[in-house]
Amino acid sequence: MAIFLTEASRVIVQGMTGSEGRKHTQRMLASGTNIVGGVTPGKGGQTVEFDGGTTVPVFGSVAEAADATGADVTVIFVPARFTKGAVYEAVEAKVPLAIVITEGVPVHDTADFYQLAANSGTTRLIGPNCPGLISPGRSNAGIIPADITTAGPIGLVSKSGTLTYQMMYELRDIGFSSAVGIGGDPVIGTTHIDALAAFEADPETKAVVMIGEIGGDAEERAAAYIREHVTKPVVGYVAGFTAPEGKTMGHAGAIVSGSSGTAQAKQEALEAAGVKVGKTPSETARLMREIVAGL
Amino acid sequence: MDLFEYQARDLFDAHGVPVLPGIVAETPEAARAAAQQIGGDLVVVKAQVKTGGRGKAGGVKLAKSPDEAAEKAGEILGMDIKGHTVHRVLVAAGADIAEEYYFSVLLDRANRTYLAMASREGGMEIEQLAVERPEALARIPVDALEGIDATKAAEIVDAAGFPADVRDQVIDVVVKLWGVFTAEDATLVEVNPLVKTPDGTIVALDGKVSLDENAGFRHAGHEALVDRSAADPLEAAAKAKDLNYVKLDGSVGIIGNGAGLVMSTLDVVAYAGEELGGTRPANFLDIGGGASAEVMANGLEIILSDAQVKSVFVNVFGGITACDAVANGIVSAFKLLEGRGESVTRPLVVRLDGNNAELGRQILTDAGLPGVAQVDTMDGAARRAAELAAQGA
Repeated sequence: MAIFLTEASRVIVQGMTGSEGRKHTQRMLASGTNIVGGVTPGKGGQTVEFDGGTTVPVFGSVAEAADATGADVTVIFVPARFTKGAVYEAVEAKVPLAIVITEGVPVHDTADFYQLAANSGTTRLIGPNCPGLISPGRSNAGIIPADITTAGPIGLVSKSGTLTYQMMYELRDIGFSSAVGIGGDPVIGTTHIDALAAFEADPETKAVVMIGEIGGDAEERAAAYIREHVTKPVVGYVAGFTAPEGKTMGHAGAIVSGSSGTAQAKQEALEAAGVKVGKTPSETARLMREIVAGL
Repeated sequence: MDLFEYQARDLFDAHGVPVLPGIVAETPEAARAAAQQIGGDLVVVKAQVKTGGRGKAGGVKLAKSPDEAAEKAGEILGMDIKGHTVHRVLVAAGADIAEEYYFSVLLDRANRTYLAMASREGGMEIEQLAVERPEALARIPVDALEGIDATKAAEIVDAAGFPADVRDQVIDVVVKLWGVFTAEDATLVEVNPLVKTPDGTIVALDGKVSLDENAGFRHAGHEALVDRSAADPLEAAAKAKDLNYVKLDGSVGIIGNGAGLVMSTLDVVAYAGEELGGTRPANFLDIGGGASAEVMANGLEIILSDAQVKSVFVNVFGGITACDAVANGIVSAFKLLEGRGESVTRPLVVRLDGNNAELGRQILTDAGLPGVAQVDTMDGAARRAAELAAQGA
């Protein structure tokens, strides 16, 4: 098992014919993902050839692609100005999982398509502005490098892409069931809590690393959730202790406003919930190593 | 992006929200002309700063004539309010106030939707009201897809218990403020105070607006609202080169890839620096996934032009971009900088990890760049960079 994405997942790529979409489709194919189609309005009926001899059909709409291929995951690479329309299409076609890689999406657009997905009851949204989701050895939907880690018992959920990669790499000898990059925007679909709930329910996941960063109160909420609902050991890391108030640190959501959203508050909330919090990514990896050794 | 009051006022005006006549001025003479143009017996001269408490700081003054407006503007311009220098004043028509109310609509991150807040008790800091008299502040969630129409506005206005004589007017203003919020891609629209004048008219007397920079592509006019005078010169130079850079006040220059990793790098450097008498990071700089030679050179150039920087820590994790490409980028960046007549004279600590890390390290070793040291772990490299900065200080 893994969460949200398995070897049985049938993946389509919205924006596959663009340069980013094509590059990452190639990478996903190389890491074993079952890519069953691409979607580009106006290019239905074409095909795209990838290295390794795979030919992927292009459809003009998500609905056509889903009908023809039985796709249950869509990875969205379209530019920010078209992202809202792309997610609407995916939700209306009832694709069960929509992963939005695109960064720079206006937050009003995200608030709209988040609400639409939430109302649908049929589409789980991950992102936007996220690296996607990998279940090592099974499937990879997004831009996470597949060759830096292996399959294993750890679950990982993170707001940050490169910190995800760093952690996957540090713990590559132990390995991961799934690693989910939920994104650093102010409004995101899948949250830390959603991923924690899924990891708790996944028999293959034995322990979870949770990586947060300044801004919002998602980590504090996750801490409360862990205290009530998570029995598996959780190790945490929070980035942004040195970030000054009122300055956005790279991610649109990574901003400390007044006393809210500080790394300190997040660390304290997690520790109060029994989560061991590392001071650095490497220390966090060591804490996880100790936990896995004791399992 | 937070706007000045006068910019918020102009947006309100453009969307039909009732405001008083007001003109922004950067000199006492301009303030005199503005007061003349506005006319009437009384104008208010208000400091334009992006912080609260300007009234208490003496940044809001009444003037009974254009000459007095010029005099008051002279007093206010150049004033320091909580670290913000006043470069502009808003000269606005004086208003008689019968009652003060509050209204705002904002992005509610925690609930992933919008939140409207309204109160009959405006004028004071809303954070204070929320703590002292939470029952006086109505909070109504707004569905992103449904928005605020007249019915929703009535729900908000009634929840806050607005008086019957202004109810319909306030409902109309709330719908128009929602118009500002959506049409301008705002993350906050706040009116405090929303006032009733003695003749019963509702006016937005002071406003705050924050705009979503991600939506800039569909708002050609938003670029003009950016306050260039406030930007740190290094931040402005970085922005011109499309670099994601934030100036801080320490001595260890930081370059990394990915926002989370760079934030983490700042923290790790600060921890290491604690033992060295408080050595701190000098900046945030995320060069993104690609880490090309040009971006690396531009980043180094910005960081090295900060005189406070005593050492530089380049912290890259090779994920999508492998470390050999990043190492080649660093080597080329040194050549590019040399070509621009700038040599790297401060020590550089490089940590490469991830895909092809060994190959990348070998490339750097073979290149033998002056002043470049490699440390294989992030924690160890951070310590080395902090030590070098402490020695150089």
